[in-house]
Amino acid sequence: MKQIVVPVDVEHSHVRFLGNLVLNLWDCGGQEAFMENYFASQRDNIFRNVEVLIYVFDVESRELDKDMHYYQSCLEAILQNSPEAKIFCLVHKMDLVQEDQRDLIFHEREEDLKRLSRPLDCTCFRTSIWDETLYRAWSSIVYMLIPNVKELEQSLNQFANIIDADEVLLFERATFLVISHCQRRNHRDVHRFEKVSNIIKQFKLSCSKLAAQFQSMEVRNSNFAAFIDIFTSNTYVMVIMSDPAIPSEATLINIRNAKKHFEKLERVSQAQSALAK
Amino acid sequence: MSYEADEDEHFDVGVGSFPKDFGYGPFDQEGDGPPVSIGGEQKPRILLMGLRRSGKSSIQKVVFHKMSPNETLFLESTNKIIKDDISNSSFVQFQIWDFPGQIDFFDSAFDSDMIFGGCGAVIFVIDAQDEYAEALNKLHLTVTKAFKVKQSIKFEVFIHKVDGLSDDYKMETQREIHQRANENLGDSGYDQIHLSFHLTSIYDHSIFEAFSKVVQKLIPQLPTLENLLNIFISNSAIEKAFLFDVVSKIYIATDSSPVDMQSYELCCDMIDVVIDVSCIYGLRDDNEVAFDHQSSSLIKLNNGTILYLREVTKVLALVCILREDNFDRQGVIDYNFLCFREAMQQVF
Repeated sequence: MKQIVVPVDVEHSHVRFLGNLVLNLWDCGGQEAFMENYFASQRDNIFRNVEVLIYVFDVESRELDKDMHYYQSCLEAILQNSPEAKIFCLVHKMDLVQEDQRDLIFHEREEDLKRLSRPLDCTCFRTSIWDETLYRAWSSIVYMLIPNVKELEQSLNQFANIIDADEVLLFERATFLVISHCQRRNHRDVHRFEKVSNIIKQFKLSCSKLAAQFQSMEVRNSNFAAFIDIFTSNTYVMVIMSDPAIPSEATLINIRNAKKHFEKLERVSQAQSALAK
Repeated sequence: MSYEADEDEHFDVGVGSFPKDFGYGPFDQEGDGPPVSIGGEQKPRILLMGLRRSGKSSIQKVVFHKMSPNETLFLESTNKIIKDDISNSSFVQFQIWDFPGQIDFFDSAFDSDMIFGGCGAVIFVIDAQDEYAEALNKLHLTVTKAFKVKQSIKFEVFIHKVDGLSDDYKMETQREIHQRANENLGDSGYDQIHLSFHLTSIYDHSIFEAFSKVVQKLIPQLPTLENLLNIFISNSAIEKAFLFDVVSKIYIATDSSPVDMQSYELCCDMIDVVIDVSCIYGLRDDNEVAFDHQSSSLIKLNNGTILYLREVTKVLALVCILREDNFDRQGVIDYNFLCFREAMQQVF
């Protein structure tokens, strides 16, 4: 069982992610009254068995010192109860900062946070709900939580080589976050995963207005063909081919055949994590 | 419909001599020119008019420049006539003239012959969330003035910003504006002017739908296109087909079965997906276009529906909705599509 603490609002939720990976989200309210409570009476309850702490900072906050104070109290509690936890900081609402200032301000904050987090190590992301940065942050966080990620990547590489794909992406089915990928050809856009996630999520939303879900998709022009298809019970796959001479059917059959292998991989990892519990 | 060439030059539209007929040309291209060029140099003009802050510039930005509706909040008031040539990127080879809301028709500098002379349609935008008495006066003034210059102009009233209104209130507003505008015209003896009304908002697809209907009126070949689409879908077991202008997501024709808003929206969203994904993976260098002669897409939904998109010309795409069971015969559909595309090229 994984546990993530997100102190923003007061809510517990379980997100089934990749089937066996249950994100136990504790969305904790940021108001002062709550905060004091977390560090006093609820301390053990909240901070025990934490695997991941995600702390969200408002980049525009006027009470920087107070924010930092609470953050440090939080880290202290983590250090006592779950010293192995991974720490992530989101410097959020970056859209409110002027564009030419964003780099500067983020690096400043990042430095401060890294310094204040010692002896723990923290990873910082700049985020905004208005662009793909939030996807990027969550993708990176979730990536670190997948149990057999190495094996998964290896299989994906093999698969891409066999079918001669330019690129293969594996998406988590519920969130459409990219959880693994294999790139066999250089691509100029480093933000493309987040963009693709975003594009597909938007379309998924449009489908849901018609009470439908999309099952598969093929998009091509003279330079490429992209195939998105349901893969395993927890994932969608996206295959990018650049040889338009390869007929769609061939690629679709290859994807269908690979499903069995990846299903097996998923079951093995589920069994493993069941043992680990 | 005459349009003087010298007038054109002094207005610097940047096109050479105009043919006598201003509008989409008759079927006189015998297929010897480039088959995909549509309308040649003839550009019907669409005028976007209305009071200040009624939403004209926002409409233009959202429909033709892919601006997200939220961003339009930051648009500044237009203070001079903005001429926007949509010609290169879009099927709809026309110009949109965005007039500042505070323009004065009785100003001698306002040359109504020149403004309305080459114009195919006037879109008059009325803010439905505001008092519209003044807008109605202005509408009356604009319409009568334009009618004197050119009788064949289509008059389209966009009752705009209806996103904030309840359904009942929307209907009530439309009814009242409709009634009062026509009464005004009747009172001054202009019974022959026909106004069309559309409820619009930039926050949903209604603005695209309304624009689609306006643009369709400016395409003389529309009945032919509809006929071709009817033949195509009935022979291919397709439920609905739209011919889209890819850039604006305006549909310039559809078959004669009724249009269901939701299907139209889904098709719009499909075009977005196709263009966005192609922009990421389908461009080798910056000079290429994402939508090219090989563009196509196929989306399967879990309710047995299939969306199928094919490129028709550089700027047009055909989007079809059909049942998965009927897609068994994809070969037939593809063949029929090629026939359809060939016919299209003969039309234009």
